[in-house]
Amino acid sequence: MSSISLHSLFDDAARRFPDRIAIEESNGETITYAQLAGLSNRVRDRLRARGIQRGDRVGVWLTKSADAVASFLGIMKAGAAYVPVDPTAPAERNTLIFRDCGVALILTQDRYAAAVREGFEPAGSEPPMILLSGTGAGRPLELCLEHLDGDEEAGAYPSAAVSDDSLAYVLYTSGSTGRPKGVVLSHGNARSFVAWCAATFDPCPSDRFSSHAPFHFDLSILDIYLPLSHGATLVIVDEKLGKEPGALAAWIAEKRLTSWYSAPSILAMMAQFGGLEAHDYGALRTVLFAGEVFPIKHLKALRDLWPGPRFFNLYGPTETNVCTYHEIPARIPSEQVEPMPIGRPCAHCAPLVVDEAGEPVAPGTAGELCIAGPSVLQGYWNLPTQTTAVFLEREGRRWYRTGDLVTELPEGGYRFIGRRDRMIKKRGYRIELGEIEAALYRHPAVKEAAVIAHAREDGLLLHAFLSTHDERVLSMVEMKTFCAARLPLYMVPDRFTSLPSLPQTSTGKVDFQQLQQRLQTPAPEAA
Amino acid sequence: MNEANIKSAIKTHILNEFLPGEAPASLTDTTELATTGILDSISTLKLVAFLESHFSITIEAHEARVENLNTLSDITALVLSKLGPQ
Repeated sequence: MSSISLHSLFDDAARRFPDRIAIEESNGETITYAQLAGLSNRVRDRLRARGIQRGDRVGVWLTKSADAVASFLGIMKAGAAYVPVDPTAPAERNTLIFRDCGVALILTQDRYAAAVREGFEPAGSEPPMILLSGTGAGRPLELCLEHLDGDEEAGAYPSAAVSDDSLAYVLYTSGSTGRPKGVVLSHGNARSFVAWCAATFDPCPSDRFSSHAPFHFDLSILDIYLPLSHGATLVIVDEKLGKEPGALAAWIAEKRLTSWYSAPSILAMMAQFGGLEAHDYGALRTVLFAGEVFPIKHLKALRDLWPGPRFFNLYGPTETNVCTYHEIPARIPSEQVEPMPIGRPCAHCAPLVVDEAGEPVAPGTAGELCIAGPSVLQGYWNLPTQTTAVFLEREGRRWYRTGDLVTELPEGGYRFIGRRDRMIKKRGYRIELGEIEAALYRHPAVKEAAVIAHAREDGLLLHAFLSTHDERVLSMVEMKTFCAARLPLYMVPDRFTSLPSLPQTSTGKVDFQQLQQRLQTPAPEAA
Repeated sequence: MNEANIKSAIKTHILNEFLPGEAPASLTDTTELATTGILDSISTLKLVAFLESHFSITIEAHEARVENLNTLSDITALVLSKLGPQ
């Protein structure tokens, strides 16, 4: 049965607003709706000519850009699903992801081609690649397609019709076993979320939305598809710029952004180091943040500096995208020390709070938040056991178990308490501590490894405890360098402590609680 | 203040703040700091704040990029360029 696809939401907007700017790069280069529609059609035609079919996965290893968005749209128009990876992550991790979901083709840049080939060496052969010389407002992609057309015309194909459960994209998140796992999301999943965003944030063609989050991150779904289905402009925040609070603060004002969306960490940095009082943010009408708890001290400071716009705390894992939301009041009471609640369920999401046996808890009691509804994932790629484990079947519905503990508030909505397992969030990124440990175990000298997340006033610190085969103390510089070659930088532990052996529980497992306690008492090295 | 003194002050600060407990010999002039995560975005801002107050210099936002701060040598060179001829 045919239904509305993510790409047709864009195509409809492109027909209504052909001459409006769809995407503006950080450096000011632009691409219109009509141009983006044409470019994504050419990607579709080239992929179809290469034999890409409905249900195939196509890898995208590109710098965040209009070229990447045109690729996503083109891949979906060809009936396939896009698999975006972090362009700054180690090549080993990215090729592991591509191998895991069996991509039929990879769109990437010349500079990453050698890394892809090397990554696929163990598999014997690599999938075909379409190579761009770079990225920027779609020009390198256009040149690349021109060049391919010069060899052989691609022909013209219709855009794929989809059903609600047709695969749209696969987003990889940290996996506890040391391998990233692919969250499989459909056109229906994304569309239901985008429809809720449209009803809640009321976008209009004159809006200018930030694209701060990387495209392999689920915040990008709102960033890309909300503006691009309403004739608004997506303004790309260059990755380097996105980490510099001073420069970024000036840039947001200069670009006259109307809507900002990011993890809280960069907003907290701008409130502290951005010099926000020096600029005019009159255009800004919506500030959205998600991905982790916003430290209340910095949120208050930001609210005072930006009194004009509406602020929303959005909550939701990649598996459901945003599923609860809370509007931040215009003034946060100065006596408030607790973080903001995660708020009420979005209109398209049904909530259920359950105990360990999967039974609903009494109102006000802490329990695990479960979500049902059209935005809930299809499953994890090629992981049937893990997929079964995250769903609770109840009342004839399929509930996704978030792993997050919450309590329902008397006035309605929920407060986030913590995690049920060993997954944490740092700078908005999901991190399975087990994945870091798996990387540490690959160091030849490491005998035991345990990673603890330590909450401090200035943020979360990842602390690795290690023991070695020869009882030598490992250099922190060496270990950081070792980890940085295997993990994204946000997963590299901040601190390392070498111990003769790790403490164990009576059942012979690493005693994480004891390690956690060690961090609560001042360590001699910090004295 | 000569180059050696400047470098030593920066090295001591990095070791104390970002690598507590590390043997000083492990941090060389060419150890990569940003690309290994020893300096992340927050610690880079803290380092810049230290450099500004300790050496009484001003570092512009565009100069605080990781390329200028990736090694002890880079940081020392940046500070020296700010201090001008002694």
